[in-house]
Amino acid sequence: MKYFYYSGCSLEGTALEYNISTQAMMRALGIELLELEDWTCCGASAAETISDLLSLVLPARNLALAEQMDMDCDFLIPCSACYLNLRKVDERAKREDGLLDKINEVLGEEGLGYQGGIKSRHLLDVIVTDIGSEMIRSHVKRELSGLRVALYYGCQALRPYGGYDDPEKPRCMEPVIEALGAEVHDWTMGAKCCGAGLMTTKKEVAIELTSSLLEAAKGADCIATVCPMCQMNLDSYQKMASKVKQENLSISVLYLPQLIGMAFGLGEEDLKLGLNMAYTDSLKAKLAECRVGTTPQ
Amino acid sequence: MSEENLTLAKVHDVADPMNAIREKVRACMQCGTCTGSCANSFAMDYTPRQLWRMVQLGLTDELFNSKTFSLCSSCYYCTLRCPRGLPLTEAIHGLKQLAVARGIAEKKGSCFYRTFVETVRRYGRVREMELMARYFLSMKSPILPLSFTPLGMKLMLKGKVSPEMPKLSGPGKLDAIFRKVEQVEGSS
Repeated sequence: MKYFYYSGCSLEGTALEYNISTQAMMRALGIELLELEDWTCCGASAAETISDLLSLVLPARNLALAEQMDMDCDFLIPCSACYLNLRKVDERAKREDGLLDKINEVLGEEGLGYQGGIKSRHLLDVIVTDIGSEMIRSHVKRELSGLRVALYYGCQALRPYGGYDDPEKPRCMEPVIEALGAEVHDWTMGAKCCGAGLMTTKKEVAIELTSSLLEAAKGADCIATVCPMCQMNLDSYQKMASKVKQENLSISVLYLPQLIGMAFGLGEEDLKLGLNMAYTDSLKAKLAECRVGTTPQ
Repeated sequence: MSEENLTLAKVHDVADPMNAIREKVRACMQCGTCTGSCANSFAMDYTPRQLWRMVQLGLTDELFNSKTFSLCSSCYYCTLRCPRGLPLTEAIHGLKQLAVARGIAEKKGSCFYRTFVETVRRYGRVREMELMARYFLSMKSPILPLSFTPLGMKLMLKGKVSPEMPKLSGPGKLDAIFRKVEQVEGSS
């Protein structure tokens, strides 16, 4: 298996551990990732508030770079907002006549063009659909037994463009977590919003959302996420959230590839748990109990 | 072009996009599924359902004075659930664009997004630390950075962001593309 890999800006900064653990997990699975050297920002949720055309041209530039390489690969994208933006180009071009021409008129300034048709796929989709829980199970060296994980999908990994799981009540992470030997925390918040960019512009509103999520995660040993924005909002404002709910809501918020990598027996240089803001002592203690060197049946 | 004509041209430019937004929600039957699905409706002055009615009726002043559209966090629940299949999140993005174009967008939101896009034009990618620093500068608020300081310090200690601020002078990585977007959008 081989994919174009679009890490996106967050994974070069605040979500560096997501980038490193994703690449390490893929290496362990024997999957090749091709990074485009000259990739640029997808526009995030900022370009669409300034200009519709800009919000399409920015992601399309990356698709055009991939198309130039003339290889039959899908785009693999770990960040939910990047995924939404890259996939939006083809989804909108399909239903709006002349849109691709307009995009190409702009890309022509850089001598680029995009014919359309490259599949943009979220990392979660690739994990659950292409890799699958059986292949993951066969690589497990250290069962995460007794670990209870709250599965958090967030919004844009599945809405508006999903197709690989139910966008109302997603469950696709469950077989993966069970393959690692861990348990699934019972909650109904998996697809709820974390507040996203409102954490910067309307903090008091976003804190309401994250504190409700953290409150519902009580009883779990950690939260698993597949989006740098969700992770940041849940991971970095736990003190404020605890103040709102007047109880201690601290909990580790890990990226799914970090959890998978842990079960694969990868080391800290691949997992980078030290980069997560909240990596709690209670989780460390729990992980110390997990048996090493056993393979689940 | 005289200043008055320029203003008129601006007003004319934004008259069309409003029609495009109205077209998106024309079939809204006011069922309220969007409001019931909205993560942030608790903080809004008008609910999403009321917002669509205001768009339909052309109550533009009231609409742009409301906080509703700036509180959308693009969770796409309303778009997913709308029984009429209307692109509601896209309609909100349209309203945000208009508010920015008219210079009436809320200061925090528009400063942040403008700074973000400017960083992309200049460097091609976003440098988070610089983005936040420039956002604080553009807000000209001495208090605002304080609420982000603890996080910024932690991020720096973890080596995730760098405190250096690259120069803004000189040509930008995506200048050509940004210029062309303005030209194409201006002519359509």
